[in-house]
Amino acid sequence: MESRPVKMRGKVVDSVAEIKVLMKHPMETGTRRDDAGAVIPAEFIEQVTCEHNGNVVLTAEWGTSVSKNPYFAFKVKSAKSGDTVKVGWTDNLGNSSEGEIVLK
Amino acid sequence: MQIQAIRQPSRRRFIQGLMSVIALSALPFQLLARSTKAFQATKLETVQAELFGDLPIVDSSDISLDIPDIAENGAVVPVSVSTTIEGAEAIHVVIEQNPNPLSASFKLTEFSVADISMRVKMGKSSVVTAYIKTPTTIYKTGREVKVTIGGCGG
Repeated sequence: MESRPVKMRGKVVDSVAEIKVLMKHPMETGTRRDDAGAVIPAEFIEQVTCEHNGNVVLTAEWGTSVSKNPYFAFKVKSAKSGDTVKVGWTDNLGNSSEGEIVLK
Repeated sequence: MQIQAIRQPSRRRFIQGLMSVIALSALPFQLLARSTKAFQATKLETVQAELFGDLPIVDSSDISLDIPDIAENGAVVPVSVSTTIEGAEAIHVVIEQNPNPLSASFKLTEFSVADISMRVKMGKSSVVTAYIKTPTTIYKTGREVKVTIGGCGG
């Protein structure tokens, strides 16, 4: 599998961290067909886990109708400069990837 | 008599202990289990039943659902959901006319704000609804989105 980095940006405003995430993933629904008419198998992110300093603060379950190369933004309470925020995903084929940032 | 008096409560305690072990071991599975049935459901009623059971579903004006009225490209429709409702433990995004209406579920904790943004695919024009789950009630708000080019099967 080609590399699928999780790109993240974060900023802290009044001790709430706003995290923006870009994931590289085809998010295939399993209903599309290629030019030859063969069904393209489903391949999509099922589970997303967001951690703040090692504690899970938010989890997400996704279906096939999340857009290709998903963009996702969320907010973490009681965050400050120097904290780490990690976001990881797992797809229906068992592939996974994660990204981590240190808040400025 | 005396033996019985001792034995009775200890048996009860054993059963109580057994029950709590069962309850505790079942808990993580419940938290981790993916709502596969809800995601595979093709009908809105099934999605609601799988996610919420018998909890009452009411309209709320305390949910902000930010989504364009007209989506020029159904493959990438930006959606933002936030709420001020106390006790919000999950946000669900449902696109009623999609083949599988449930698009995404977000499980909140006391350390996350009920405020998320994402992008979804829409096959055709549809009502998009945000559900906020609290322990006793489901709150929802919906918006009609017009899609000019569908996002499924491109």
